[in-house]
Amino acid sequence: MLAAINKYLDKLEAQGLAKREDSTFLAVDAELFSNKPIEHDVAGLHEIFRAMNVSSLLFASPSEPYRSIIRRIVEWDSECCAENIIVPMDCETRTFFHDFPVVDDLNPVAISHALSRRKAVIVRDLGIVTHGVYTPEQAYVSYSSACFSMFVKYFHDSLVYFDSCARNCTQIDADYAKAFIDIAQQSVVTLRRECVALRSGPPRTEDDVTAMLAEAGRAIVTQRLVDSHFGNISYVFKDHIFISQTGSSLDELEDSIDKVPLDGSSSTGITASSELSAHKNIYLKTGLNAIMHAHPKFSVIMSMFCRAEGCDRRLCHRICTRKREVGMTPIVPGEIGTGPTGLAATVPAVMEEGRGAIVYGHGVFAAERGTFQRPFDMLAQIEENCRQQYVIAVSDLLKHLLDSPFDGLAESG
Amino acid sequence: MHGYTGKCLKIDLSTGKICVTNTPEGLCADYLGGRGLGVGLMGDRITHTCESPEMPLIFSTGPLVGTDVPTSGRMSVVSRSPLTGTVTDSSVGGRFGTELKRAGFDLIEITGSADEWVMLEIDGSGAIVASAAGLAGMNIAELGGQISSEGSVAAIGRAGENGVLYSSIMIDGRYAAGRGGLGAVMGAKKLKAIRVRGDRPIPVADPDGLAQAREDIMRLLRASPAVFGEFGIAEFGTAALVDLIHARRMEPTDNFRRTYFPEATRYSGYQIQMRYRTEKTGCAGCPILCKKMGSRGEVIPEFESVSHFGALNGCPDLLTIVEANRICNDFGLDAISAAATIACYAEISGIRPTPPELLNMLIDIGNRQGVGLALSEGSFRYACSMGRPDLSMSVKGLELPAYDPRGAYGMALAYATSNRGGCHTRAYPVGCEILRKPVAVDRFTFEGKARMIKISEDINAVADSLSTCRFTFLAAGLEEYSRALYAVTGRDYDVRSLMNIGERIWNLERKMNAANGFTRADDDLPERFFTEEGSLGSVRIPPVDRSNFLRALDNYYRIRGYE
Repeated sequence: MLAAINKYLDKLEAQGLAKREDSTFLAVDAELFSNKPIEHDVAGLHEIFRAMNVSSLLFASPSEPYRSIIRRIVEWDSECCAENIIVPMDCETRTFFHDFPVVDDLNPVAISHALSRRKAVIVRDLGIVTHGVYTPEQAYVSYSSACFSMFVKYFHDSLVYFDSCARNCTQIDADYAKAFIDIAQQSVVTLRRECVALRSGPPRTEDDVTAMLAEAGRAIVTQRLVDSHFGNISYVFKDHIFISQTGSSLDELEDSIDKVPLDGSSSTGITASSELSAHKNIYLKTGLNAIMHAHPKFSVIMSMFCRAEGCDRRLCHRICTRKREVGMTPIVPGEIGTGPTGLAATVPAVMEEGRGAIVYGHGVFAAERGTFQRPFDMLAQIEENCRQQYVIAVSDLLKHLLDSPFDGLAESG
Repeated sequence: MHGYTGKCLKIDLSTGKICVTNTPEGLCADYLGGRGLGVGLMGDRITHTCESPEMPLIFSTGPLVGTDVPTSGRMSVVSRSPLTGTVTDSSVGGRFGTELKRAGFDLIEITGSADEWVMLEIDGSGAIVASAAGLAGMNIAELGGQISSEGSVAAIGRAGENGVLYSSIMIDGRYAAGRGGLGAVMGAKKLKAIRVRGDRPIPVADPDGLAQAREDIMRLLRASPAVFGEFGIAEFGTAALVDLIHARRMEPTDNFRRTYFPEATRYSGYQIQMRYRTEKTGCAGCPILCKKMGSRGEVIPEFESVSHFGALNGCPDLLTIVEANRICNDFGLDAISAAATIACYAEISGIRPTPPELLNMLIDIGNRQGVGLALSEGSFRYACSMGRPDLSMSVKGLELPAYDPRGAYGMALAYATSNRGGCHTRAYPVGCEILRKPVAVDRFTFEGKARMIKISEDINAVADSLSTCRFTFLAAGLEEYSRALYAVTGRDYDVRSLMNIGERIWNLERKMNAANGFTRADDDLPERFFTEEGSLGSVRIPPVDRSNFLRALDNYYRIRGYE
C-alpha cells in the first residue's frame, strides 16, 4: 500500500499537480497507511475515511496554476457561488464526474457528505479531496481529472466572458482581468516542450510494437501534453491492432496493451480502450497505422469556444454540424464510444487529409503511417496552435485594458 | 411511498389463504427491496428445512423496477438453498419483476405446501390458486404451449418437480433464477408456475431528475468498452468473456485440473455469433440487451454455461454446448452446477462422457434416474458418497463458476467469503481483475483485496436490492444510481447510505448462515487450488499461496468486524 501511495505522490509532483509535502494520501486494506503521521489535519481525514466505505483518500493543495484557478472559479463562477458546485464543460470530466461540490473547510462531516455524492470535492482555499473506492490509483485519477477540468473551465469561461463583454460593449471586470493575466502568465505563455525523437523504423516484431507504444505513450506524458490517464494509443501490425487498455496509464503501457484482430474474430479487445472503434475505423478509412489520442488542454478549450449563436451548448459535442477548425485541424462532434453520434463515427471521416482532428470538448486524434514521430509532433503542434489561437484571442480582447499581456507568445512553443 | 407499490402478496399454499399486506416500510428503509427485502422478511424462518411448509419462497422487486432507470427490470427470488443450506437469492431478469410491480405488488411471499400441483394467477385484482394437475411432468418448453404468454411466467421443469438440488426457476422460458436450487423449493410447495400480469403505471417522485439520472448512466454505459464496446456484452453477450478468460489462462478445464483449454476458441462469442446469427434480446427496460438468441430461436448460453460445458468437460463442440444449455433450461437445471457435477463425476469415475452421453446425463439428472439420481444432489454430496470430497470443486457445496481462482486472487477470496457458496456474482471481482472496470488491479496479488471484496459485496448487495443488473456497474456506480433512486423515491440516498444498507444485508445473511451452523471453516477453497498448478501452456498459473490466502481472509474478517 505504501508503495502505491508513493507512486502516485511521485506522479502528482512530476505532473505539476501537487507537491509531495502538500499532499496527504491515506490507503487501507486491514491496516491504515499514510505518507504522514495520523495527527492534525490527517486525523480529520482519517475521520472522513472511517465514515466512508472506501480504500483510499487523497487531500492535496494543488500546485500553481491550479491553486489560483480553483480559487478564482470558486470566487467568480456563478453556479459555484449559487449552488456550491462546479460543473465541468469538457466531455470527459462531465461524463465521469458530472460536477464537483465545493465545501468551506476540512470539516469531516461536510467532506464525507460531498464525497458520498461525487468522486472529488473542492475545499475552498485549501485544495481538493478525492477518494478511491477500490485503489489509490482512483484517488489519483480523480485528483488529476479535477485539476484538468478546472483548468479547462477557467480558461474557456474566461475567454467566453471577455468575448461576450466585447460583443455586448460591456466593461470587463478589472479585478477579474488582472487575476486572469496573473494566472495566464504562468500557464499559457510559459509552456516549453523539447523536441522528442521517437523510434525511427517500423517494428519487426510484436515486442517492437509494444516498445513503440510504451515509448510514445510515455513521451506524451513526460512532455506534459497530458497527465497519465488522458489518452490512448494504437498501432496496426500484421492484421492486428495493438492498443492501450482501458484505464491504463500512458506512461506505463508495457503491460497494458491489447492485441485485437482486425477481422473481429476474437473479443479479447473487450478490455481495450473505449476508443478502440475510433482507432480501428481511422485505420480502415485511411490506412494510417500509428494513431494517438490525447486530451491536451488548449485543444479542448478552443474546440469548445464558438461564437455561433442560438445553439444549445449542452448538445454541441453530439450534434454540431458547423464546419469548424483551429488552424487547419478540423473540429468534429462525437461522444465517447460507438453509435451514430460517437466519435468512432465522426473522427475517421476527417482524418484522411489532415491526419489530425479535434473532438469537441474532448481531445485530439493524430495519425500517420510507420512510426509515432509524426503523430506525436502533430499532437504537440495542434496543441501549440490552439494555445497560440487562445493567446491571440485573449490578447485581442484585453488589449484595451493592459499593455501586451502575452509578450512571450512569439518565443513559446 | 414512491418506488414501492406498498402492497405485498402473501400466499399460504397449505391453506390456500391469500393475503394482501402492506409492504413494511421499516424493512424497505433498512434493506431497500429485492434481495435485501427478501432476506429481511425471511427472518428467523431461515432455520426451517427447505422442504418445510414454513420455509418461505419470496419473489421480491426493488424500488427501481418498472421505471426508466437503465437495467432496472430485474427481481430476486429468496429462500434457503437445498443444495448448500445457506440463505440464497437469485437475481433474475425477464419481465416478471416489472409485471409484478405493475400488478400492484412489491413482492410475493409463498409458504405452505399444496396437496396437488397448483399454479398462481396474479393480476391487479389479486391472486388465484389454480390447479396445475395437467401441467405436472411438463418441462419448460412444453409448459410454454399450455400457459398464456401474456404477462410473465415463472415456472419449474421436471428438475424442480423431482427435487434436483440445483434446479432453477425459469422466467419467461429463458431467464434462470439458477443458483442454489430454488426450483426445488418451489417444487416442494407443489407450485408449478406463477403467471403475473400488470398494467398500472409506476409513478416516480421527480420525473425530470430521473431523466437526468438516466442520461448520466446511459452516457457512462456508452463509454464502457465492456458494455457497449465493439466486443462488449451488448454485442456478444456474456460469451464475450470466452476469449478473454482463455487469453488470461484462467478457464477451468477438466474439473479445474488445468486452466487452459486450447480448443476454447471454437465456442467463443465470435464463433457463436457467426454460427447462430445472433440477435439481441434482454430484460424489461434494459438498453444493453445482453441475452442473445439464434436466428432460429436458439437460446444462446451465458459465458459460465459455455465454458463449463466446454472446457470443464473437455467438449469443444458448440452444438453440444448449446444443446446442453437448452436441456438445462427445459428441465430447469442450474447449468453451472450441472456441468460442474458432471465434470466431478468424470474425474472420479475416470470416464469422460462423450457429447451424446453428456446430454443424456443431463436428462437423467433432470429426471433423477440412472446415474443422474446420484448426480442430482450436486457434486459435493456425490463426491462424498464416492469417498472423494476433495474432487468437488465447490464452496459451501455450491459449484464454482468459470473463473479459476488461481488466475485472480480477489476471486479466490470472493468464492470463499460468499454467503451463498462458490459464486462469482456476490463480489464480481471479474470487473477489476479481468475487465479493468471500474479500475484495473493486479490479479495475482492479495494486497488490497480484502477490502476490495468487502466493498464489492456491499455494492452488489445494493445492486441486487435495487433490482438492477450488475453489468451496469462496469460503467456507472452507486454515485449515479443513488441519484436515480432519489428521483424515483424522493428519499435522499447517497453512496454512503447505500453502502451501509449493503453492509447490513451482507451481515444479516452471514448471521442467518451462522444460525444454520456455518462457520469460518466453511469459508475456504478446495485444496486443489493451493497445491496444483493451473495452465501448463506458455503462461504459468501457479497454485494459490495458502498462507497469503489465509492472511487475506484474516484481513477480510477484521474489516468486516467478524472477529
